[in-house]
Amino acid sequence: MAKILIQNVSVSYNGFQALKSVDLEVLANEILGIIGPANSGKSSLLRAINRLSEIDYAQVTGTILLDGENIDTLDRNTLRKRIGLIFATPVVLPGSIYKNISYGPKLHRRFGKKELDELVEHALRAGNLWDEVHDRLKDSASTLSGGQQQRLCIARSIAMDPEVIMMDEPCSGLDPISTAKIEATMLELKTKYTFILVTNNTKQAARVADRTAFFLSGELIEIDRTSRLFTSPKDPRTNDYISGRFG
Amino acid sequence: MTLRIGPRTSQIIAYCVLLLMTAITVIVLFFIIGYVFKNGLGQITWQFLTDRTRDMGKEGGIFPSILGTLFVTVLAIAIATPLGVGSAVYLVEYTRGGLIRRIISFGADCLAGVPSIIFGLFGFIFFVITLNLGWSVLSGGLTLAVMIIPTIIRTTEEAIKAVPRAYREISYSLGGGKLDTILKVVLPTSLPGILTGIILGVGRAVGETAAVIFTAGSSLGIPTSFFSSTRTLAVHFYILAREGISMPKAYGTAAVLIIIILLINFVAYRLMHRFMARYY
Repeated sequence: MAKILIQNVSVSYNGFQALKSVDLEVLANEILGIIGPANSGKSSLLRAINRLSEIDYAQVTGTILLDGENIDTLDRNTLRKRIGLIFATPVVLPGSIYKNISYGPKLHRRFGKKELDELVEHALRAGNLWDEVHDRLKDSASTLSGGQQQRLCIARSIAMDPEVIMMDEPCSGLDPISTAKIEATMLELKTKYTFILVTNNTKQAARVADRTAFFLSGELIEIDRTSRLFTSPKDPRTNDYISGRFG
Repeated sequence: MTLRIGPRTSQIIAYCVLLLMTAITVIVLFFIIGYVFKNGLGQITWQFLTDRTRDMGKEGGIFPSILGTLFVTVLAIAIATPLGVGSAVYLVEYTRGGLIRRIISFGADCLAGVPSIIFGLFGFIFFVITLNLGWSVLSGGLTLAVMIIPTIIRTTEEAIKAVPRAYREISYSLGGGKLDTILKVVLPTSLPGILTGIILGVGRAVGETAAVIFTAGSSLGIPTSFFSSTRTLAVHFYILAREGISMPKAYGTAAVLIIIILLINFVAYRLMHRFMARYY
């Protein structure tokens, strides 16, 4: 069964249609890559899936099912706990590294000190950041480098124990080494979580995604196994994009 | 032939002009404080600070007025802070920048510019007469609260608006509700700005005469309850000087007033820095 089933979903902002009746299936424990040029509706799709679209005052039509349940019937905050979102620019909250990780879990229930310590360590280890920060958890998170901040954001998501982690161009502002670390993290965590990776970088999708979807102007043009999409795309527009003719 | 000034020369001129402006401001400030201290510091003794006021202020100390100032100011801040911060949170987080918000913001701006004597008159008619609270700490505190709420609303509004939208999105995306986000992310982040508003409010309240003389009265007894009439330091200073009771005592009172304001500012900024160091 599909982890997330997207049926006939459209998103518009004040009459501007950003996403046009998209049907898409996200399988459990896969990394689904989503590629496409700017304004192709990739981010709008992610924000519709965790209902962050609500704070944009976006109009979303169609159905999105998480494990067969309509997300509109789920409690909004529980939904967002189950589906994490990593933004393009790493944003750390003011406060320490420790506080950044513990903020989310503490919203949902109470924790003992020891339990919280363990959770923070687990999340930072999973985010491949523990070795670099374990001796300065109380330091302000803004003292970390850009790449470290993005891994902190990933760790912050992992601390929520989500089922799906969505990433919206997570490496767009990062150097190749940081990017490689984040990609390695995703591949390690794939057995536990389902990933949706929106990326501007087609090569990144080729490296880590199991399947890749190509979006253009709010439409889903094509979705296929990554190897097949990149070697023999069915749609000429996909071919043009991945061969770098536009975008 | 036109006279041309080279870029180097114009830089030097600009630098000198700006330096002069700063110097004038600072000199005026130090002159005022220095003048008051020169005439007043000599008056400040332990007895002056802790003794009752005698003979209309010609003799004795200013203890009742120190207490009165403290009570009225603390009461005003205690009332104005939750109301002001609450309104600002509502305006920024719960209205979509529509007409209501513009009207309230405009109203707050207008209120902030109303002369304090008008607030005094309003306080006298409404709190003292209509609500029959009499000349009291309560009437004075309420009047000052009404007077400083606009300042607190405006500074808090700006501070909250300056919190990056991304912080809110992070909080929401982690499953935080609106209230969680406001209490745990937005308010802590904007606290320095909010505190600045409160400090401005305290400054206005401590130094206010017109608004309190009509509402808290000018009694010289030690205030014992919210309903005691009291005379704040600023009012005491005004009466001593205006009625020529004792200029030395007036300067002494003024010096104490300035020291209190400096102390409040100093403590508030220290608190703020300590908080920022912990938070950022």
